[in-house]
Amino acid sequence: MLLRLVLLRLLQAVPTLLGVATLVFLMLHLVPGDPVDALLGEMALPADREALRHALNLDAPLWQQYVQFMAGLAGGDWGRSLLDQRPVLELIAERLPATARLAGASLLLALLLALPLGLWAARHAGRRQDMAAMGFSLLGVSIPNFWLGPMLMLLFSVGLGWLPVSGMDQPGSIVLPAITLGTALAAVLSRMARSSWLEAMSSDPIRTARAMGVGDTLLWWRHAGRMAAIPVLTMFALQLGAVLGGAVITETVFDWPGLGLLTIEAIQQRNYPLVQGCVLLIACFYVLANLAADVLAMWLDPRQRRI
Amino acid sequence: MKRMCDRPAVRMSALCLFVPLLVMLGAVLHGADGHAVDLDAVLAGISAAHPLGCDALGRDVLARLAEGLMLSLGVGAVVIGIGALLGISIGLAAGWFGGLVDSLLMRLADIVLSFPGILLAIALAAMLGPGVDKLVLALVAVGWVGFARLSRAQVMSLKHTPFVDAAVASGSGSVYIGIRHLLPNIAAPLLVEASFGLAAVIIGEAGLSFLGIGVQPPDASLGTMIREGTGLMLVSPLLVVWPGVVLFMLVMAVNLLGDALRDHLDVRGARS
Repeated sequence: MLLRLVLLRLLQAVPTLLGVATLVFLMLHLVPGDPVDALLGEMALPADREALRHALNLDAPLWQQYVQFMAGLAGGDWGRSLLDQRPVLELIAERLPATARLAGASLLLALLLALPLGLWAARHAGRRQDMAAMGFSLLGVSIPNFWLGPMLMLLFSVGLGWLPVSGMDQPGSIVLPAITLGTALAAVLSRMARSSWLEAMSSDPIRTARAMGVGDTLLWWRHAGRMAAIPVLTMFALQLGAVLGGAVITETVFDWPGLGLLTIEAIQQRNYPLVQGCVLLIACFYVLANLAADVLAMWLDPRQRRI
Repeated sequence: MKRMCDRPAVRMSALCLFVPLLVMLGAVLHGADGHAVDLDAVLAGISAAHPLGCDALGRDVLARLAEGLMLSLGVGAVVIGIGALLGISIGLAAGWFGGLVDSLLMRLADIVLSFPGILLAIALAAMLGPGVDKLVLALVAVGWVGFARLSRAQVMSLKHTPFVDAAVASGSGSVYIGIRHLLPNIAAPLLVEASFGLAAVIIGEAGLSFLGIGVQPPDASLGTMIREGTGLMLVSPLLVVWPGVVLFMLVMAVNLLGDALRDHLDVRGARS
Protein backbone atom coordinates (compact mmCIF):
# COMPACT_ATOMS: atom_id res chain seq x y z
CA MET A 1 0.00 0.00 0.00
CA LEU A 2 2.69 2.44 1.06
CA LEU A 3 4.94 1.32 -1.77
CA ARG A 4 2.21 2.01 -4.30
CA LEU A 5 1.76 5.50 -2.93
CA VAL A 6 5.49 6.16 -3.07
CA LEU A 7 5.61 5.05 -6.69
CA LEU A 8 2.61 7.23 -7.47
CA ARG A 9 4.33 10.25 -5.93
CA LEU A 10 7.46 9.50 -7.93
CA LEU A 11 5.39 9.42 -11.10
CA GLN A 12 3.79 12.73 -10.16
CA ALA A 13 7.23 14.28 -9.78
CA VAL A 14 8.16 13.36 -13.36
CA PRO A 15 6.20 16.15 -15.11
CA THR A 16 7.55 18.68 -12.62
CA LEU A 17 11.11 17.56 -13.29
CA LEU A 18 10.48 17.73 -17.05
CA GLY A 19 9.11 21.25 -16.61
CA VAL A 20 12.16 22.25 -14.58
CA ALA A 21 14.49 20.90 -17.28
CA THR A 22 12.51 22.76 -19.96
CA LEU A 23 12.74 26.01 -18.03
CA VAL A 24 16.49 25.54 -17.57
CA PHE A 25 16.83 24.82 -21.30
CA LEU A 26 14.92 27.99 -22.19
CA MET A 27 17.13 30.06 -19.88
CA LEU A 28 19.94 30.17 -22.41
CA HIS A 29 17.51 31.78 -24.84
CA LEU A 30 16.77 34.53 -22.32
CA VAL A 31 20.21 36.01 -22.87
CA PRO A 32 19.39 39.27 -24.64
CA GLY A 33 20.43 39.34 -28.28
CA ASP A 34 22.79 36.56 -29.21
CA PRO A 35 24.62 34.58 -26.48
CA VAL A 36 27.55 34.29 -28.88
CA ASP A 37 27.78 38.09 -29.06
CA ALA A 38 27.51 38.29 -25.27
CA LEU A 39 30.44 35.88 -24.91
CA LEU A 40 32.78 36.89 -27.71
CA GLY A 41 31.85 40.50 -28.34
CA GLU A 42 30.79 41.81 -31.72
CA MET A 43 34.33 42.02 -33.08
CA ALA A 44 34.99 38.26 -32.99
CA LEU A 45 36.08 36.34 -36.07
CA PRO A 46 33.30 34.54 -37.96
CA ALA A 47 35.09 31.20 -37.54
CA ASP A 48 35.22 31.60 -33.74
CA ARG A 49 31.58 32.59 -33.68
CA GLU A 50 30.61 29.51 -35.65
CA ALA A 51 32.68 27.27 -33.38
CA LEU A 52 31.03 28.65 -30.23
CA ARG A 53 27.60 28.53 -31.81
CA HIS A 54 28.21 24.88 -32.50
CA ALA A 55 29.60 24.24 -29.00
CA LEU A 56 26.45 25.76 -27.49
CA ASN A 57 24.38 23.79 -30.00
CA LEU A 58 22.74 27.02 -31.16
CA ASP A 59 23.04 26.24 -34.88
CA ALA A 60 20.20 23.70 -34.89
CA PRO A 61 16.48 24.56 -34.96
CA LEU A 62 14.99 25.16 -31.51
CA TRP A 63 13.04 21.90 -31.32
CA GLN A 64 16.12 19.93 -32.28
CA GLN A 65 18.18 21.74 -29.62
CA TYR A 66 15.49 20.87 -27.10
CA VAL A 67 15.40 17.20 -28.03
CA GLN A 68 19.18 16.98 -27.90
CA PHE A 69 19.27 18.79 -24.56
CA MET A 70 16.74 16.43 -22.99
CA ALA A 71 18.37 13.35 -24.51
CA GLY A 72 21.72 14.55 -23.18
CA LEU A 73 20.30 15.00 -19.67
CA ALA A 74 18.84 11.50 -19.70
CA GLY A 75 22.05 10.02 -21.06
CA GLY A 76 24.29 11.70 -18.49
CA ASP A 77 25.75 14.23 -20.94
CA TRP A 78 25.01 17.59 -19.35
CA GLY A 79 27.12 19.57 -21.79
CA ARG A 80 30.64 20.92 -21.44
CA SER A 81 32.07 23.88 -19.62
CA LEU A 82 32.88 26.68 -22.09
CA LEU A 83 36.05 27.52 -20.23
CA ASP A 84 37.99 24.26 -20.27
CA GLN A 85 35.73 21.90 -22.22
CA ARG A 86 35.37 19.58 -19.25
CA PRO A 87 32.03 17.79 -18.78
CA VAL A 88 29.65 19.78 -16.57
CA LEU A 89 28.77 16.73 -14.48
CA GLU A 90 32.43 16.13 -13.68
CA LEU A 91 32.88 19.70 -12.46
CA ILE A 92 29.75 19.41 -10.34
CA ALA A 93 30.86 16.08 -8.87
CA GLU A 94 34.13 17.65 -7.74
CA ARG A 95 32.30 20.32 -5.77
CA LEU A 96 29.50 18.22 -4.29
CA PRO A 97 31.40 16.83 -1.25
CA ALA A 98 32.17 20.33 0.06
CA THR A 99 28.53 21.36 -0.22
CA ALA A 100 27.39 18.11 1.39
CA ARG A 101 29.69 18.76 4.35
CA LEU A 102 28.45 22.30 4.79
CA ALA A 103 24.79 21.36 4.38
CA GLY A 104 25.15 18.43 6.80
CA ALA A 105 26.82 20.59 9.46
CA SER A 106 24.23 23.35 9.21
CA LEU A 107 21.28 20.95 9.26
CA LEU A 108 22.71 19.23 12.34
CA LEU A 109 23.26 22.58 14.00
CA ALA A 110 19.73 23.71 13.12
CA LEU A 111 18.24 20.52 14.56
CA LEU A 112 20.26 20.68 17.78
CA LEU A 113 19.29 24.30 18.29
CA ALA A 114 15.70 24.29 17.09
CA LEU A 115 14.25 21.28 18.91
CA PRO A 116 15.19 22.30 22.48
CA LEU A 117 14.29 25.91 21.72
CA GLY A 118 10.90 25.04 20.24
CA LEU A 119 10.09 22.69 23.12
CA TRP A 120 11.21 25.22 25.70
CA ALA A 121 9.01 27.88 24.06
CA ALA A 122 6.05 25.49 23.94
CA ARG A 123 6.41 24.54 27.62
CA HIS A 124 6.39 28.21 28.56
CA ALA A 125 3.83 29.27 25.97
CA GLY A 126 2.64 32.83 26.37
CA ARG A 127 5.30 33.66 28.94
CA ARG A 128 8.55 35.55 28.79
CA GLN A 129 10.63 32.52 27.80
CA ASP A 130 8.32 31.92 24.84
CA MET A 131 8.66 35.55 23.75
CA ALA A 132 12.44 35.27 23.93
CA ALA A 133 12.56 32.06 21.91
CA MET A 134 10.20 33.37 19.27
CA GLY A 135 12.09 36.65 19.21
CA PHE A 136 15.20 34.67 18.31
CA SER A 137 13.25 32.90 15.63
CA LEU A 138 12.08 36.21 14.15
CA LEU A 139 15.66 37.50 14.18
CA GLY A 140 16.81 34.34 12.42
CA VAL A 141 14.21 34.67 9.67
CA SER A 142 14.84 38.38 9.15
CA ILE A 143 18.64 38.45 9.13
CA PRO A 144 19.99 38.13 5.58
CA ASN A 145 22.70 35.44 5.44
CA PHE A 146 24.92 37.61 3.26
CA TRP A 147 25.11 40.03 6.18
CA LEU A 148 25.16 37.52 9.05
CA GLY A 149 28.22 35.86 7.47
CA PRO A 150 30.36 39.03 7.31
CA MET A 151 29.23 40.00 10.83
CA LEU A 152 30.32 36.63 12.25
CA MET A 153 33.59 36.97 10.35
CA LEU A 154 34.11 40.44 11.76
CA LEU A 155 33.51 39.26 15.30
CA PHE A 156 35.12 35.82 15.44
CA SER A 157 37.84 36.03 12.78
CA VAL A 158 38.89 39.66 12.55
CA GLY A 159 38.06 40.76 16.10
CA LEU A 160 38.73 37.74 18.29
CA GLY A 161 40.89 35.77 15.89
CA TRP A 162 39.32 32.46 16.93
CA LEU A 163 38.30 31.12 13.55
CA PRO A 164 39.60 31.34 9.97
CA VAL A 165 38.00 33.98 7.74
CA SER A 166 37.27 31.84 4.70
CA GLY A 167 38.16 28.74 2.69
CA MET A 168 37.84 25.23 4.05
CA ASP A 169 41.38 24.01 4.63
CA GLN A 170 41.89 24.99 8.25
CA PRO A 171 40.32 23.26 11.24
CA GLY A 172 37.25 25.12 12.41
CA SER A 173 36.70 26.74 9.06
CA ILE A 174 33.29 25.07 8.78
CA VAL A 175 31.96 26.69 11.97
CA LEU A 176 31.06 30.15 10.66
CA PRO A 177 29.57 29.00 7.33
CA ALA A 178 27.52 26.37 9.16
CA ILE A 179 26.16 28.94 11.62
CA THR A 180 25.40 31.36 8.78
CA LEU A 181 23.51 28.75 6.80
CA GLY A 182 21.93 27.04 9.82
CA THR A 183 20.45 30.09 11.55
CA ALA A 184 17.52 30.59 9.19
CA LEU A 185 16.81 26.83 9.22
CA ALA A 186 16.88 26.77 13.02
CA ALA A 187 14.51 29.73 13.13
CA VAL A 188 11.93 28.09 10.87
CA LEU A 189 12.30 24.70 12.54
CA SER A 190 11.94 26.03 16.10
CA ARG A 191 8.71 27.83 15.18
CA MET A 192 7.43 24.62 13.69
CA ALA A 193 8.44 22.57 16.74
CA ARG A 194 6.72 25.01 19.09
CA SER A 195 3.46 25.21 17.18
CA SER A 196 3.18 21.48 16.51
CA TRP A 197 3.90 20.61 20.14
CA LEU A 198 1.27 23.08 21.31
CA GLU A 199 -1.21 21.73 18.81
CA ALA A 200 -0.50 18.16 19.93
CA MET A 201 -0.96 19.11 23.58
CA SER A 202 -4.40 20.57 22.93
CA SER A 203 -5.58 17.63 20.83
CA ASP A 204 -8.31 15.21 21.92
CA PRO A 205 -6.14 12.13 22.53
CA ILE A 206 -3.80 14.09 24.80
CA ARG A 207 -6.71 15.63 26.66
CA THR A 208 -8.17 12.16 27.15
CA ALA A 209 -4.85 10.77 28.32
CA ARG A 210 -4.51 13.62 30.77
CA ALA A 211 -8.04 13.07 32.07
CA MET A 212 -7.16 9.41 32.62
CA GLY A 213 -4.28 10.44 34.83
CA VAL A 214 -1.20 10.09 32.60
CA GLY A 215 1.67 12.01 34.14
CA ASP A 216 2.87 15.30 32.74
CA THR A 217 6.33 14.09 31.71
CA LEU A 218 5.04 11.03 29.92
CA LEU A 219 2.39 13.16 28.23
CA TRP A 220 4.87 15.74 26.99
CA TRP A 221 7.61 13.48 25.83
CA ARG A 222 5.97 10.33 24.66
CA HIS A 223 2.43 11.08 23.60
CA ALA A 224 2.65 14.67 22.39
CA GLY A 225 6.23 14.13 21.23
CA ARG A 226 5.16 11.46 18.80
CA MET A 227 2.41 13.62 17.33
CA ALA A 228 4.60 16.69 17.07
CA ALA A 229 7.45 14.78 15.48
CA ILE A 230 5.52 14.30 12.22
CA PRO A 231 5.34 17.94 11.08
CA VAL A 232 8.80 18.67 12.46
CA LEU A 233 10.42 15.79 10.60
CA THR A 234 8.54 16.68 7.42
CA MET A 235 9.73 20.25 7.72
CA PHE A 236 13.26 19.00 8.28
CA ALA A 237 13.14 16.93 5.09
CA LEU A 238 11.92 20.02 3.22
CA GLN A 239 14.87 21.99 4.60
CA LEU A 240 17.18 19.33 3.20
CA GLY A 241 16.50 20.74 -0.24
CA ALA A 242 16.13 24.39 0.77
CA VAL A 243 19.59 24.41 2.33
CA LEU A 244 21.15 24.11 -1.14
CA GLY A 245 19.48 27.34 -2.20
CA GLY A 246 20.95 29.13 0.82
CA ALA A 247 24.34 27.54 0.16
CA VAL A 248 24.72 29.62 -3.03
CA ILE A 249 25.05 32.82 -1.02
CA THR A 250 26.77 31.36 2.05
CA GLU A 251 29.48 29.68 -0.03
CA THR A 252 30.08 32.94 -1.87
CA VAL A 253 30.50 34.84 1.40
CA PHE A 254 32.99 32.35 2.83
CA ASP A 255 34.68 31.31 -0.40
CA TRP A 256 33.60 27.73 0.39
CA PRO A 257 34.43 25.69 -2.74
CA GLY A 258 31.09 23.93 -3.14
CA LEU A 259 28.28 23.75 -5.66
CA GLY A 260 26.92 27.19 -4.70
CA LEU A 261 30.22 28.93 -5.33
CA LEU A 262 30.57 27.00 -8.59
CA THR A 263 27.18 28.39 -9.68
CA ILE A 264 28.22 31.96 -8.95
CA GLU A 265 31.61 31.49 -10.61
CA ALA A 266 29.88 30.09 -13.68
CA ILE A 267 27.53 33.09 -13.73
CA GLN A 268 30.43 35.52 -13.50
CA GLN A 269 32.26 33.74 -16.33
CA ARG A 270 29.04 33.54 -18.38
CA ASN A 271 29.71 29.83 -18.58
CA TYR A 272 26.09 29.14 -19.55
CA PRO A 273 26.16 25.31 -19.79
CA LEU A 274 27.68 25.13 -16.31
CA VAL A 275 25.07 27.56 -14.92
CA GLN A 276 22.34 25.39 -16.42
CA GLY A 277 23.86 22.22 -14.97
CA CYS A 278 24.24 23.61 -11.44
CA VAL A 279 20.76 25.14 -11.33
CA LEU A 280 19.20 21.97 -12.72
CA LEU A 281 20.95 19.73 -10.21
CA ILE A 282 19.96 21.88 -7.23
CA ALA A 283 16.35 22.04 -8.42
CA CYS A 284 16.20 18.26 -8.98
CA PHE A 285 17.58 17.64 -5.53
CA TYR A 286 14.99 20.03 -4.09
CA VAL A 287 12.12 18.25 -5.85
CA LEU A 288 13.38 14.88 -4.60
CA ALA A 289 13.77 16.20 -1.04
CA ASN A 290 10.17 17.40 -1.15
CA LEU A 291 9.16 13.98 -2.36
CA ALA A 292 11.07 12.40 0.51
CA ALA A 293 9.27 14.72 2.92
CA ASP A 294 5.92 13.57 1.52
CA VAL A 295 6.85 9.92 1.80
CA LEU A 296 8.18 10.40 5.31
CA ALA A 297 4.92 12.04 6.37
CA MET A 298 2.92 9.18 4.85
CA TRP A 299 5.07 6.63 6.60
CA LEU A 300 4.78 8.34 9.99
CA ASP A 301 1.15 9.32 9.73
CA PRO A 302 -1.24 6.78 8.19
CA ARG A 303 -3.93 9.49 7.87
CA GLN A 304 -1.91 11.03 5.05
CA ARG A 305 -1.90 7.84 3.02
CA ARG A 306 -4.94 8.98 1.10
CA ILE A 307 -4.36 9.68 -2.55
CA MET B 1 -11.18 42.71 18.96
CA LYS B 2 -7.89 44.37 19.65
CA ARG B 3 -7.10 47.50 17.71
CA MET B 4 -4.32 47.03 15.17
CA CYS B 5 -2.00 49.66 16.65
CA ASP B 6 -2.37 48.23 20.17
CA ARG B 7 -0.56 45.05 19.21
CA PRO B 8 2.98 44.67 20.56
CA ALA B 9 4.20 43.54 17.12
CA VAL B 10 3.10 46.85 15.62
CA ARG B 11 4.98 48.78 18.29
CA MET B 12 8.09 46.66 17.70
CA SER B 13 7.69 47.19 13.98
CA ALA B 14 7.55 50.95 14.46
CA LEU B 15 10.67 50.73 16.61
CA CYS B 16 12.54 48.86 13.86
CA LEU B 17 11.28 51.26 11.22
CA PHE B 18 12.82 54.08 13.23
CA VAL B 19 16.33 53.20 11.95
CA PRO B 20 15.55 53.42 8.19
CA LEU B 21 13.49 56.56 8.82
CA LEU B 22 16.39 58.15 10.68
CA VAL B 23 18.69 57.37 7.74
CA MET B 24 16.29 58.96 5.27
CA LEU B 25 15.76 62.04 7.41
CA GLY B 26 19.48 62.37 8.08
CA ALA B 27 20.33 62.11 4.40
CA VAL B 28 17.73 64.73 3.46
CA LEU B 29 18.97 67.15 6.14
CA HIS B 30 22.60 66.45 5.32
CA GLY B 31 22.02 66.82 1.61
CA ALA B 32 25.26 65.15 0.39
CA ASP B 33 25.49 63.56 -3.06
CA GLY B 34 26.00 59.80 -2.86
CA HIS B 35 27.76 59.75 -6.24
CA ALA B 36 30.27 62.53 -5.64
CA VAL B 37 33.75 60.98 -5.54
CA ASP B 38 36.17 62.73 -3.17
CA LEU B 39 39.59 61.12 -3.17
CA ASP B 40 40.67 63.16 -0.14
CA ALA B 41 37.97 61.48 1.92
CA VAL B 42 38.67 57.82 1.00
CA LEU B 43 37.55 55.60 3.90
CA ALA B 44 37.14 58.70 6.07
CA GLY B 45 35.73 58.07 9.55
CA ILE B 46 32.71 59.61 11.19
CA SER B 47 32.80 63.42 11.03
CA ALA B 48 30.48 66.38 10.76
CA ALA B 49 30.98 66.49 6.99
CA HIS B 50 30.27 62.76 6.65
CA PRO B 51 28.06 61.58 9.57
CA LEU B 52 28.63 57.86 8.75
CA GLY B 53 32.00 58.19 7.07
CA CYS B 54 32.98 57.56 3.45
CA ASP B 55 33.52 54.47 1.29
CA ALA B 56 36.56 53.41 -0.77
CA LEU B 57 35.91 56.14 -3.35
CA GLY B 58 35.28 58.83 -0.77
CA ARG B 59 31.52 58.83 -1.34
CA ASP B 60 29.24 59.77 1.56
CA VAL B 61 27.92 56.57 3.21
CA LEU B 62 24.79 58.17 4.67
CA ALA B 63 23.71 59.47 1.27
CA ARG B 64 24.37 56.07 -0.32
CA LEU B 65 22.44 54.29 2.44
CA ALA B 66 19.44 56.50 1.78
CA GLU B 67 19.75 55.80 -1.96
CA GLY B 68 19.98 52.06 -1.36
CA LEU B 69 16.99 52.20 0.95
CA MET B 70 14.90 54.02 -1.65
CA LEU B 71 15.91 51.42 -4.19
CA SER B 72 14.97 48.54 -1.84
CA LEU B 73 11.56 50.04 -1.20
CA GLY B 74 11.05 50.96 -4.84
CA VAL B 75 11.95 47.51 -6.14
CA GLY B 76 9.88 45.95 -3.33
CA ALA B 77 6.80 48.01 -4.19
CA VAL B 78 7.08 47.43 -7.95
CA VAL B 79 7.73 43.69 -7.66
CA ILE B 80 4.92 43.14 -5.15
CA GLY B 81 2.60 45.36 -7.19
CA ILE B 82 3.17 43.57 -10.49
CA GLY B 83 3.52 40.15 -8.84
CA ALA B 84 0.25 40.58 -6.93
CA LEU B 85 -1.65 41.79 -10.00
CA LEU B 86 -0.34 38.93 -12.10
CA GLY B 87 -0.60 36.27 -9.41
CA ILE B 88 -4.07 37.22 -8.24
CA SER B 89 -5.40 37.32 -11.82
CA ILE B 90 -3.90 33.91 -12.51
CA GLY B 91 -5.15 32.50 -9.21
CA LEU B 92 -8.67 33.88 -9.72
CA ALA B 93 -8.80 32.44 -13.25
CA ALA B 94 -7.43 29.05 -12.17
CA GLY B 95 -9.74 28.75 -9.17
CA TRP B 96 -12.84 30.02 -10.97
CA PHE B 97 -12.60 28.17 -14.27
CA GLY B 98 -10.92 25.01 -12.96
CA GLY B 99 -10.26 22.20 -15.44
CA LEU B 100 -7.47 22.48 -17.96
CA VAL B 101 -6.73 26.18 -17.29
CA ASP B 102 -6.31 25.35 -13.63
CA SER B 103 -4.02 22.36 -14.11
CA LEU B 104 -1.80 24.15 -16.62
CA LEU B 105 -1.39 27.25 -14.47
CA MET B 106 -0.75 25.26 -11.32
CA ARG B 107 1.85 23.02 -13.03
CA LEU B 108 3.61 26.24 -14.01
CA ALA B 109 3.50 27.35 -10.38
CA ASP B 110 4.88 23.96 -9.28
CA ILE B 111 7.81 24.35 -11.66
CA VAL B 112 8.66 27.80 -10.32
CA LEU B 113 8.44 26.42 -6.77
CA SER B 114 10.90 23.63 -7.65
CA PHE B 115 13.79 26.05 -7.24
CA PRO B 116 14.78 26.60 -3.61
CA GLY B 117 14.94 30.16 -2.26
CA ILE B 118 16.04 32.81 -4.71
CA LEU B 119 17.91 30.35 -6.94
CA LEU B 120 15.51 30.83 -9.87
CA ALA B 121 15.75 34.62 -9.55
CA ILE B 122 19.55 34.31 -9.43
CA ALA B 123 19.60 32.17 -12.57
CA LEU B 124 17.12 34.37 -14.47
CA ALA B 125 18.88 37.60 -13.52
CA ALA B 126 22.22 36.06 -14.47
CA MET B 127 20.93 35.14 -17.92
CA LEU B 128 19.08 38.41 -18.50
CA GLY B 129 22.14 40.43 -17.61
CA PRO B 130 22.70 43.28 -15.12
CA GLY B 131 20.30 46.15 -14.49
CA VAL B 132 17.44 47.07 -12.19
CA ASP B 133 14.76 46.35 -14.81
CA LYS B 134 16.03 42.79 -15.25
CA LEU B 135 16.28 42.38 -11.50
CA VAL B 136 12.62 43.36 -11.19
CA LEU B 137 11.68 40.95 -13.98
CA ALA B 138 13.54 38.06 -12.31
CA LEU B 139 11.93 38.74 -8.93
CA VAL B 140 8.43 39.07 -10.44
CA ALA B 141 8.92 35.76 -12.27
CA VAL B 142 9.31 34.13 -8.85
CA GLY B 143 7.03 36.40 -6.81
CA TRP B 144 3.67 35.86 -8.54
CA VAL B 145 3.41 32.22 -7.45
CA GLY B 146 2.56 32.85 -3.79
CA PHE B 147 -0.32 35.15 -4.75
CA ALA B 148 -1.59 32.77 -7.42
CA ARG B 149 -1.71 29.71 -5.17
CA LEU B 150 -3.24 31.58 -2.28
CA SER B 151 -5.98 33.29 -4.31
CA ARG B 152 -6.74 30.03 -6.14
CA ALA B 153 -7.22 28.17 -2.85
CA GLN B 154 -9.41 30.96 -1.49
CA VAL B 155 -11.55 31.14 -4.62
CA MET B 156 -12.06 27.38 -4.56
CA SER B 157 -13.44 27.63 -1.03
CA LEU B 158 -15.78 30.50 -1.97
CA LYS B 159 -16.91 29.17 -5.32
CA HIS B 160 -20.00 27.38 -4.07
CA THR B 161 -21.15 29.79 -1.38
CA PRO B 162 -24.69 31.23 -1.68
CA PHE B 163 -23.59 34.79 -2.42
CA VAL B 164 -21.51 33.66 -5.37
CA ASP B 165 -24.33 31.42 -6.61
CA ALA B 166 -26.65 34.43 -6.34
CA ALA B 167 -24.27 36.54 -8.42
CA VAL B 168 -24.06 33.84 -11.08
CA ALA B 169 -27.84 33.41 -11.08
CA SER B 170 -28.38 37.14 -11.54
CA GLY B 171 -26.29 36.99 -14.71
CA SER B 172 -23.04 38.61 -13.61
CA GLY B 173 -20.00 37.94 -15.78
CA SER B 174 -16.90 36.11 -14.57
CA VAL B 175 -14.72 39.21 -14.46
CA TYR B 176 -17.35 41.18 -12.57
CA ILE B 177 -17.79 38.38 -10.01
CA GLY B 178 -14.04 38.10 -9.63
CA ILE B 179 -13.48 41.76 -8.94
CA ARG B 180 -16.69 42.72 -7.20
CA HIS B 181 -17.47 39.61 -5.15
CA LEU B 182 -14.45 37.35 -4.80
CA LEU B 183 -11.60 39.82 -4.44
CA PRO B 184 -12.98 41.71 -1.42
CA ASN B 185 -13.53 38.41 0.36
CA ILE B 186 -10.01 37.12 -0.17
CA ALA B 187 -8.25 40.42 0.43
CA ALA B 188 -7.20 39.69 4.03
CA PRO B 189 -4.91 36.69 3.41
CA LEU B 190 -3.56 38.38 0.27
CA LEU B 191 -2.61 41.43 2.30
CA VAL B 192 -0.70 39.21 4.74
CA GLU B 193 0.98 37.43 1.84
CA ALA B 194 1.96 40.79 0.36
CA SER B 195 3.63 41.93 3.56
CA PHE B 196 5.70 38.75 3.95
CA GLY B 197 6.38 38.84 0.22
CA LEU B 198 7.69 42.39 0.54
CA ALA B 199 10.25 41.25 3.12
CA ALA B 200 11.33 38.43 0.81
CA VAL B 201 11.67 40.76 -2.19
CA ILE B 202 13.73 43.27 -0.19
CA ILE B 203 16.11 40.49 0.88
CA GLY B 204 16.07 39.10 -2.67
CA GLU B 205 17.04 42.41 -4.26
CA ALA B 206 19.87 42.94 -1.78
CA GLY B 207 20.99 39.31 -2.21
CA LEU B 208 21.16 39.51 -6.00
CA SER B 209 22.97 42.83 -5.81
CA PHE B 210 25.35 41.32 -3.24
CA LEU B 211 26.16 38.59 -5.76
CA GLY B 212 26.84 41.26 -8.37
CA ILE B 213 23.95 40.36 -10.66
CA GLY B 214 21.47 43.07 -9.70
CA VAL B 215 22.18 46.75 -9.25
CA GLN B 216 25.46 47.80 -10.87
CA PRO B 217 27.97 50.44 -9.76
CA PRO B 218 27.95 53.37 -9.35
CA ASP B 219 24.31 53.00 -8.20
CA ALA B 220 23.92 52.18 -4.53
CA SER B 221 22.01 49.18 -3.22
CA LEU B 222 22.19 47.87 0.34
CA GLY B 223 23.40 44.56 -1.14
CA THR B 224 26.26 46.06 -3.16
CA MET B 225 27.24 48.16 -0.14
CA ILE B 226 27.48 45.00 2.00
CA ARG B 227 29.63 43.35 -0.66
CA GLU B 228 31.96 46.32 -0.93
CA GLY B 229 32.12 46.55 2.85
CA THR B 230 32.99 42.85 3.20
CA GLY B 231 36.10 43.39 1.08
CA LEU B 232 37.21 46.29 3.28
CA MET B 233 36.43 44.65 6.60
CA LEU B 234 40.01 44.79 7.88
CA VAL B 235 40.40 48.48 7.08
CA SER B 236 37.01 49.94 7.74
CA PRO B 237 34.65 47.48 9.47
CA LEU B 238 31.80 49.97 9.83
CA LEU B 239 31.25 49.97 6.06
CA VAL B 240 29.71 46.50 6.23
CA VAL B 241 27.85 47.19 9.48
CA TRP B 242 25.74 50.18 8.35
CA PRO B 243 23.98 48.79 5.26
CA GLY B 244 23.31 45.50 7.08
CA VAL B 245 21.74 47.19 10.08
CA VAL B 246 19.48 49.27 7.86
CA LEU B 247 18.46 46.26 5.75
CA PHE B 248 17.92 44.05 8.80
CA MET B 249 15.76 46.65 10.56
CA LEU B 250 13.69 47.22 7.44
CA VAL B 251 13.07 43.50 6.98
CA MET B 252 12.27 43.03 10.68
CA ALA B 253 9.78 45.91 10.54
CA VAL B 254 8.02 44.43 7.52
CA ASN B 255 7.99 40.91 9.00
CA LEU B 256 6.59 42.15 12.31
CA LEU B 257 3.94 44.09 10.44
CA GLY B 258 3.05 40.91 8.57
CA ASP B 259 2.77 39.00 11.87
CA ALA B 260 0.53 41.69 13.31
CA LEU B 261 -1.65 41.79 10.19
CA ARG B 262 -2.00 38.02 10.24
CA ASP B 263 -3.09 38.00 13.87
CA HIS B 264 -5.32 41.04 13.44
CA LEU B 265 -7.11 39.78 10.35
CA ASP B 266 -7.13 36.28 11.85
CA VAL B 267 -5.67 34.67 8.76
CA ARG B 268 -4.75 31.03 9.21
CA GLY B 269 -2.38 29.09 7.03
CA ALA B 270 -0.57 32.11 5.63
CA ARG B 271 3.20 32.00 5.56
CA SER B 272 4.76 32.09 9.00
